[in-house]
Amino acid sequence: MQASDRFNINSQLEHLQAKYVGTGHADLTRFEWAVNIQRDSYASYVGHYPMLAYFAIAENESIGRERYNFMQKMLLPCGLPPEREDD
Amino acid sequence: MDDEIQKTQEERKKMEQQLASMNKVTFDTEFYSSDRFEGYEKSIAVNDDEDTFDTENEVAKKMASYTASKQFFKEVPRGGGEDDEPTGFNKPGKIIDREDDYRRRRLNRVISPERNDPFLDKTPGPEVRTYADVMREEALKRQKEELMKEIAKKKKEEQEKAADKKEEVEKPAQKRRNRWDQSQDEGGAKKAKAGSDWDLPDSTPGIGRWDATPTPGRIGDATPSVKKNRWDETPTPGRVADSDATPAGGATPGATPAGMSWDATPKLAGLATPTPKRQRSRWDETPATMGSATPMAGATPAAAYTPGVTPVGGVELATPTPGAINLRGPLTPEQYNLMRWEKDIEERNRPLTDEELDAMFPQEGYKILDPPASYVPIRTPARKLLATPTPIGTPLYSIPEENRGQQFDVPKEMPGGLPFMKPEDYQYFGSLLNEEDEEELSPDEQKERKIMKLLLKVKNGTPPQRKTALRQLTDKAREFGAGPLFNRILPLLMQPTLEDQERHLLVKVIDRVLYKLDELVRPYVHKILVVIEPLLIDEDYYARVEGREIISNLSKAAGLATMIAAMRPDIDNIDEYVRNTTARAFSVVASALGIPALLPFLKAVCQSKKSWQARHTGIKIVQQIAILIGCAVLPHLRSLVEIIEHGLNDENQKVRTITALSLAALAEAAAPYGIESFDSVLKPLWKGIRSHRGKVLAAFLKAIGFIIPLMDAVYASYYTKEVMVVLIREFQSPDEEMKKIVLKVVKQCVSTEGVEPDYIRQDILPEFFRNFWVRRMALDRRNYKQLVETTVEIANKVGVADIVGRIVEDLKDESEPYRRMVMETIEKVVANLGASDIDSRLEELLIDGILYAFQEQTSDDANVMLNGFGAVVNALGQRVKPYLPQICGTIKWRLNNKSAKVRQQAADLISRIAVVMKQCGEEQLMGHLGVVLYEYLGEEYPEVLGSILGALKAIVNVIGMTKMTPPIKDLLPRLTPILKNRHEKVQENCIDLVGRIADRGAEFVPAREWMRICFELLEMLKAHKKGIRRATVNTFGYIAKAIGPQDVLATLLNNLKVQERQNRVCTTVAIAIVAETCSPFTVLPALMNEYRVPELNVQNGVLKSLSFLFEYIGEMGKDYIYAVTPLLEDALMDRDLVHRQTAASAVKHMALGVAGLGCEDALVHLLNYVWPNIFETSPHVINAVMEAIEGMRVALGAAVVLNYCLQGLFHPARKVREVYWKIYNSLYIGAQDALVASYPILEDDENNVYSRPELNMFI
Repeated sequence: MQASDRFNINSQLEHLQAKYVGTGHADLTRFEWAVNIQRDSYASYVGHYPMLAYFAIAENESIGRERYNFMQKMLLPCGLPPEREDD
Repeated sequence: MDDEIQKTQEERKKMEQQLASMNKVTFDTEFYSSDRFEGYEKSIAVNDDEDTFDTENEVAKKMASYTASKQFFKEVPRGGGEDDEPTGFNKPGKIIDREDDYRRRRLNRVISPERNDPFLDKTPGPEVRTYADVMREEALKRQKEELMKEIAKKKKEEQEKAADKKEEVEKPAQKRRNRWDQSQDEGGAKKAKAGSDWDLPDSTPGIGRWDATPTPGRIGDATPSVKKNRWDETPTPGRVADSDATPAGGATPGATPAGMSWDATPKLAGLATPTPKRQRSRWDETPATMGSATPMAGATPAAAYTPGVTPVGGVELATPTPGAINLRGPLTPEQYNLMRWEKDIEERNRPLTDEELDAMFPQEGYKILDPPASYVPIRTPARKLLATPTPIGTPLYSIPEENRGQQFDVPKEMPGGLPFMKPEDYQYFGSLLNEEDEEELSPDEQKERKIMKLLLKVKNGTPPQRKTALRQLTDKAREFGAGPLFNRILPLLMQPTLEDQERHLLVKVIDRVLYKLDELVRPYVHKILVVIEPLLIDEDYYARVEGREIISNLSKAAGLATMIAAMRPDIDNIDEYVRNTTARAFSVVASALGIPALLPFLKAVCQSKKSWQARHTGIKIVQQIAILIGCAVLPHLRSLVEIIEHGLNDENQKVRTITALSLAALAEAAAPYGIESFDSVLKPLWKGIRSHRGKVLAAFLKAIGFIIPLMDAVYASYYTKEVMVVLIREFQSPDEEMKKIVLKVVKQCVSTEGVEPDYIRQDILPEFFRNFWVRRMALDRRNYKQLVETTVEIANKVGVADIVGRIVEDLKDESEPYRRMVMETIEKVVANLGASDIDSRLEELLIDGILYAFQEQTSDDANVMLNGFGAVVNALGQRVKPYLPQICGTIKWRLNNKSAKVRQQAADLISRIAVVMKQCGEEQLMGHLGVVLYEYLGEEYPEVLGSILGALKAIVNVIGMTKMTPPIKDLLPRLTPILKNRHEKVQENCIDLVGRIADRGAEFVPAREWMRICFELLEMLKAHKKGIRRATVNTFGYIAKAIGPQDVLATLLNNLKVQERQNRVCTTVAIAIVAETCSPFTVLPALMNEYRVPELNVQNGVLKSLSFLFEYIGEMGKDYIYAVTPLLEDALMDRDLVHRQTAASAVKHMALGVAGLGCEDALVHLLNYVWPNIFETSPHVINAVMEAIEGMRVALGAAVVLNYCLQGLFHPARKVREVYWKIYNSLYIGAQDALVASYPILEDDENNVYSRPELNMFI
């Protein structure tokens, strides 16, 4: 960030963005971004009841089971993180 | 032939010109070629001297627009310099200057040495002060105090006896004492305080004057005393020095036993002032760094009793020399000024040197004689002594040393970029000036030095210096350690010359440091409290808030146990000031850590058997808690009441009083709930009001007054009747405070539900009016207010007629303040309850009285009469018709008055009663008034002119455009020049009136006149007051609607060429308004055509207008988006940054307006032009671009923007990635859910699964 825009609205905007978990930054890895995407997706499925119902019919599961599954998947949606090269 | 040719040529030229003017947008030459001001009055003079407009006219011609009038320029510098301006920035003042004596007692307190932290896992060494030590010291002090009092009492008795016998001429100073001060238990040697006793209801008797020992900081205001005379007699110049060193010894003339011993002091030509010996206690053994800053001289009460000892702390002794400044105690500004003045005098009166004499006298005719052999040059000893800098540690005379490094008035250049040091700062920061080698210092000293540097920067530095210093102090707080930090900061806060801003900054430092130090502050809690507690009773609201915040943070950092241990000894301190501030601090602790945590302690304190002071403070803490946290006391109400209830029967009357006041505070905080918690105190309270008198009774009444409104109707009525007997008896009390409380309680009782009007009428009213409705009550502001409030409350119960009937005669009273009070009451009563109760006789009396009061008023400040008049006339409505001619006669008479105030009021009155006049069918009368007002439009006082315009507006509003006299077509041209007036009130009223006419009666005025007004309005778009700007904007719309947009637009577009930026901005706003009111298609062609002018300002103005335009027209924009797209394309590709910025914001408004209306194709097209600008760095541009993209997100959906984003999220260049992620983030925050469906498909790799199979499901 430049010295000039340390005090303007942009800095506040970035501060605001930093407060949200799913936001990213220039050093975000592919894996991290994918995890965010997955979690957002599951959260969205769980949050929209018609979506849950749709998945339940498609998979022939109860809606509650679907919801449980999605929530479980949010833990490690993409599997274990890859080893970091620079460490 | 030639003539004919010439003629036709001329005609053709004329035709061509006309044609050209149709193609181009120019001024209509018919209107504007000549001086526009022709035939008009140029301005209404606001001040007496004649305005000449020559220069203004020239400017106006050049700029084709207006410049501010001369009067405006005259007014501009008004903001600076004037001290008496109520708002704005005052010069930073010293805190001490606005403090009263009571608050100044903070300087008497001593920053106590640190104490043991019992939470550390080690037993404290003998050198550490533990809780037990402190308690022991306090007990000792108390004992000594008692003893001293005994002695003093005896002395006094003896002296009185002696005085009776001898009838001495010199009587001991009589103190004013009223009965509140007389306590039952102690004979009442009490200091009369400046503030009301009621604010500090618990001031300790017998202490006040003993603890009034001055610190060096306030010695300057020498206490008047008998003893003092002796010193005053010494006529040496050295005398001045002693006035700032005399301790309060003289303040207790009779009681000083050792009066004789003053004579025994070794006298240095009358100069040496005995500095009282300090009580040697461990307090004195503070580390050296503190010693210099602790304002101790005479802090112990003992000082006054042992004055005979040779001065020990010779520091106070000699005339301060600048070189010694940093060695002395705190230097007050008075001392400093004195010093400077003295030096100045010395300089002028020094003996002349030989060279000077040579220069003065002629060379010839004079002979230089040798001085006689017997001559010895003598300077008066005092003078000599005065000139001698006395170093510390030499109480007596010492051989003067030449000091070449002596600084005179010039402040020394600060080494190492340190900020400027004020003379008062030398004692704290002086050592920074010693340019020692930093390496040679020990680590501790280096640390000290570092802290001092940072503090100096915080205190005196520039904002950036201050900021970095503050940050460093915060970051390194733990490294510096609590001790060194607080030992530096706290003395600074005790500096007597501290200013508000400096205190704020230092307090801020403490706040930050506290946060970092956390539990390390424990040993310093008391120290900090000593410094911060005074903030809690500061008169400045923000200081109080700051103080609360610090104490709250402190208690969170140190914990409850430490806080209690630190403050417990102060609870029964002998000084009332200390107890008062401690109680307040405790209430803050309670609100920070929760009341339940503090309850057991409070309970113990309130039941203390050892001292009444402890009980008193405990109960006061409860009161302060109630005041501080308000309705949050409810959950703990019962326990709080239980804790203090026994105090109502305490043996000490001060405890009883504070208990009642605490109950009042609790009831006030709890209202309207919680009556059940007060059950247990009702009986003692009721018993109390029968048995007590004076101050205690007042407190009890106050408590009852606050408890009664909590009761249900039946009880309230019963208790009201019970208490009323006492109240009515106290109606006659001569005491002001008692009056106020009685009035308040009456108000509270009367307003409760169960009290019957008949009861009030019969039992209360006669006495009430007899005792309170007297002239004297109108003289004190607080009494006045309280009486009006109470009477209004009674009127709410018993009706208008009763109250108004009783006081209406007083409208003709001879005392004006009293008339005003009557008028205000009538106004409020009538406004609340209407006038239907008032019969015809009363009505007559009322109008008669009001007219009398209105005409007889002489003071300027009163809007009361005006409001009262308006309220009564409006309440009476049509019944006022018979009186209207009379009223109008009065108004007309007063409109012609010499005094501006009277004229203004008369005009204001018209606007108040215009509606009623219409109701009464007096249109002819109003028309007449209209003409009269019209004639007064030449008024020169802006305030009056504003009121006249307001009155005209009221009349126009009521009788309509068609019936208005003078006719609108005459009225409006008269208003045009007034629009130029810069006075806000004139502007506002004028623009309102013009807007009204433009809205309702535009057709009565020729278009040409409206054009003129348009010009004037442009100026008003930049008025400071929002109301004026809004009215102007509306008026523009009305005018454009009335005369069609073309002409207005031509004017406006031309105005875009103006240099002045603000003017252009106003113009763009106006264009957008015209577009909105007259549909965009009337404006857009000309506007877009104007973009072709190759001039930056014009193009930007057009873009800005477009931006405003699309903002205003919202979804109407969908019809115009294709039309303006090419223009925006061009603007978004322009080299000029501002073009792109403004175009981007136009795109934003456009996108937001047309979201969901099917204009996606055009928007995507525009987005393609906006997108390349994302790498702009100028903050305004990038902001506009980001907002445009946000707008696109709304209009096009998140998926489209995400697709633009994806290309750069993992770009190899970091700079690119940063920008793209920023866009992604705002996209994500704006539409997180919508993104789920449109994220890209990521391929799985060997370890991780990235695919989202759920989205592929299909039924």
